[in-house]
Amino acid sequence: MTSTAPLQDSGSPNLSPDASHAAAAGQDHAEHGDFRLFGLATFLVADGMTFAGFFAAYLTFRAVNPLQEGSTYELELLLPTINTVVLIISSFTFHRAGKECRGGNLGASRLWLAITGALGAIFLAGQMVEYFSLPFSLTDNLFASTFYALTGFHGLHVTLGVICIAIVALQTRRGGRISASDHFGLEAAELYWHFVDGIWVVLYGILYLL
Amino acid sequence: MPIRTALAVLAATTALVLTGLWVGNNVNMLPLDASSNAPTYDALFKVLFSIGTMLFLGIVILLVYSMFRFRRRAGDFSDGLAIEGNLPLEIVWTAIPAVVVLFVGIYSYDIYERMGGMVALNDHSAMDHMAMDHSVQQAQAPGRVWGGIGAAGMDAAPSGPVLPVEVTAMQFAFIFHYPDAQITSGELHVPTGQQVELHMEARDVIHAFWVPQFRLKQDVIPGQPTVLSFTATKAGTYPIVCAELCGPYHGGMRSNVVVHEPEAYDAWLQQNSPIRTTT
Amino acid sequence: MTLANPSDFNGSLQPQGWLRYFSFSLDHKVIGLQYLVCGFLFYLVGGALAGAIRTELATPLSDFMPRDTYNEVLTLHGTVMIFLWIVPVVNGAFGNYLIPFYVGARDMAFPRLNAVAFWLIPPAGILLISSYFIAGAAAQSGWTAYPPLSLTTPAAGQVVWILSVLLLGGSSIFGGINFIATILKLRRPGLKLMQLPMYCWAMLGTSILVVLSTPVLAGTLILLSFDIIAHTGFFNPSLGGNVVVYQHLFWFYSHPAVYIMVLPAFGLVSEILPVHARKPLFGYTTMVYSIMAIVFLGLIVWAHHMFTSGTPPWMRLFFTIATSFIAVPTGIKFFNWLATLWGGKIALNSAMLFSCAFIVNFVFGGITGVALAQVPFDIHVHDTYFVVGHFHYIVYGGTVFVIFSSLYHWYPKFTGRLLNEDLGRLHFLLTFIGFNLCFAPQHWLGLNGMPRRVAEYDPTFTTLNQVSSVGALLMAISTIPLLINVVVTALNGKPAGDNPWNALTPEWLTSSPPPVENWIGEAPLVTEPYGYGQHHGQPQEVKA
Repeated sequence: MTSTAPLQDSGSPNLSPDASHAAAAGQDHAEHGDFRLFGLATFLVADGMTFAGFFAAYLTFRAVNPLQEGSTYELELLLPTINTVVLIISSFTFHRAGKECRGGNLGASRLWLAITGALGAIFLAGQMVEYFSLPFSLTDNLFASTFYALTGFHGLHVTLGVICIAIVALQTRRGGRISASDHFGLEAAELYWHFVDGIWVVLYGILYLL
Repeated sequence: MPIRTALAVLAATTALVLTGLWVGNNVNMLPLDASSNAPTYDALFKVLFSIGTMLFLGIVILLVYSMFRFRRRAGDFSDGLAIEGNLPLEIVWTAIPAVVVLFVGIYSYDIYERMGGMVALNDHSAMDHMAMDHSVQQAQAPGRVWGGIGAAGMDAAPSGPVLPVEVTAMQFAFIFHYPDAQITSGELHVPTGQQVELHMEARDVIHAFWVPQFRLKQDVIPGQPTVLSFTATKAGTYPIVCAELCGPYHGGMRSNVVVHEPEAYDAWLQQNSPIRTTT
Repeated sequence: MTLANPSDFNGSLQPQGWLRYFSFSLDHKVIGLQYLVCGFLFYLVGGALAGAIRTELATPLSDFMPRDTYNEVLTLHGTVMIFLWIVPVVNGAFGNYLIPFYVGARDMAFPRLNAVAFWLIPPAGILLISSYFIAGAAAQSGWTAYPPLSLTTPAAGQVVWILSVLLLGGSSIFGGINFIATILKLRRPGLKLMQLPMYCWAMLGTSILVVLSTPVLAGTLILLSFDIIAHTGFFNPSLGGNVVVYQHLFWFYSHPAVYIMVLPAFGLVSEILPVHARKPLFGYTTMVYSIMAIVFLGLIVWAHHMFTSGTPPWMRLFFTIATSFIAVPTGIKFFNWLATLWGGKIALNSAMLFSCAFIVNFVFGGITGVALAQVPFDIHVHDTYFVVGHFHYIVYGGTVFVIFSSLYHWYPKFTGRLLNEDLGRLHFLLTFIGFNLCFAPQHWLGLNGMPRRVAEYDPTFTTLNQVSSVGALLMAISTIPLLINVVVTALNGKPAGDNPWNALTPEWLTSSPPPVENWIGEAPLVTEPYGYGQHHGQPQEVKA
């Protein structure tokens, strides 16, 4: 152990959980490097399995259950395709933001983050437009329900991502938590954002193209 | 390995195998076998029971022997032998379960095929006659049938006409309808020696149709018309049990299957069919 | 390393008082014991529910409680025992306590996440049980919650059940992430993966299963709650939905869940046997590979729970073969354990008795398991008492026996005091006899026509059901010597010293109970946790 900051009893009132957390996870095991991203990646694997379950359910419904008579389930392609492009571009802009941050250029990083966040918001707006223009609603039929469940669950992820981007962008300001040397928050948000984009590409393929 | 040890191991293994075979063949754990595939099932059970007895007794005897033979004597604080592994030995006991499992798997596949389990019931052409006036099927693709045990491949499948019976499972009863004789009954009546084809559907929740004496069980799932075939071989009255939790009265969801000799079955038909009585 | 005199630091660094066990503590040892005690309390609740079931089944008629109450009781019994007792204790309690020691760390990788994971459990458990009193009715559709039944039983109870299982699933996932990160990333420098104690491998495999399969259950239950609350039709056939899809998704988690409950037990036994047999663990490398084989196979066998659900023939064939082959890696582990005992100096104490009984019970359950994997066999006994007998041999005869064994083995580590051996052996005897009396007859009942989850049955089954109920009563009684033992020992037990078993695994190379940071000074590098009989076990001088 290079530093032996004592891991104090968290039950003692004078110690904030933050401090003891940092002592245990960060500095005390500095020689192990930072494994918080590893933890996040593991969590994203778990999250991905939730989507995998939904996809498997949808594909089985498609293969086995016919659309009930008299119900409609049709999707337009144009809007979701634009949305897909928007989301893919946002992955690149986020990557750029990360690069600028690591290069010490926090201002540029903040700009690229803002662009990414805006693209995310555009995606969400597009999703809303699609929801309101579709000829079916949540409980109309099995496929309508599955469509809303899948896109809704993904939309929730995008919303969370946009919020994270906003927080990270604020933290890149002077005196914030993110600097060129310490930028875990930004990297975590970036990993998460790429994950959400990747899921969308799969979802787009299965839900719209198949 | 010294020759005496080898002989002792050989003797013990032989004794174990013989015990297993004896137990498998002489200890009866199953109810009466009253359908044509029940003896097939029982043959598989005997094999599994024999192998299981051998493995279980072998491991337990080894364990108990070790516990006594190698127990720590009072005052002895030394360690055992520093043996960390033995690759040939480990290969042997990887191979033993692998061979046993492979044998059991192939054998049970054979049994399953003889029981009619491998018939593709979703094959529309084979099951076209199923599609007739089935109200529930309109919700499904036409002719789509789900099921467990089919007719073809059944051991000693009797020739002659198939007896179709429509089964409706609901909370908390089975209703049996004979489309040819126009009989609706709470009990299932079938003749010996004739193949019966149950066309099953569920009204509300999942039920399961189980006749222990036939060694047959099939879930009846709402929205999935299901077929189950069997041929009863021994006259008698056997329980029909619902085997899938279906609500508060699940335990009370029981009925009977009455297996008649063919003549007695005809008499029952005569007595109960509205078609015959009007003539 | 040299062992310091415990009294040097016991007083100064150890947090004082019982309050810390009710706090949001970040110390992995405190969290481990929180899991243990909390899990044990829920075990008593689940046991009381089991007692109610066995009382109802002592007579053929449904005369002890109303029928819908009976279904609530069996649903709660299954859910409590799985999600609040076995999974939290065999993973959370022993995992949190031991894994940091085994990897040479001072805490888990994410201590705060760890505390969050634990503190999700008590509210989830209380929520689940309170649904019986507050929501008007608890869930009545079994722990499997198969639709359409779960869509037609009282909605409030079912929704509370879903919410509670989601919270517990979240806790499980957080725990799994933490274990994976701790084992892979937090190892002491110089410690190689293939030098880790076997429990680390078991927990790594378990955590992989948790991370891959639990989210699928969570997603499925969210869809099920939509069906109940928003009247969508995912699993509702009358709205065009598909019931079997639910079963596939449910069992994609719930079969691996069996390994989530059993693999850690395999790991714990692999720690306990070498210590009390004074021999190295036999076949370390094959043990590691067989755990990973079980993890892989465990993920591709789920549909063997659905052989009567109208699954297509090819699917039944595939799942029969895959399931059967789990017997191979499992068999390797059992033969390796027997070889570990062979030629040892076996101390037949309570810990060892429970571990040896685990081998007997689990082999029995494993053999009936291979039989159940065969489609034609399964068609007859599916959803009968044969299955009830089988899985209780796995989860109770297997895992719960190991939990008790572990309690006797590590109690001196937790408290510095040895549990009383006479009471321990009495506890063992009552548990072993009661358990076998309770569950062995159920196999015969299932083969001969008694379905599971029934409140009433054919009177010809009365005798064996009463035998089973007597066994359950013995099991209930068996907790009394255990409770007395724990309380009496805590108050006035025999001091254990730091390493009462002369064990070589790292958790014993510090004081008992350990200091807050696990070691004074640097963590020891233990490259041979099973080096018995090789004359380099340092702690020899402590006792002998």
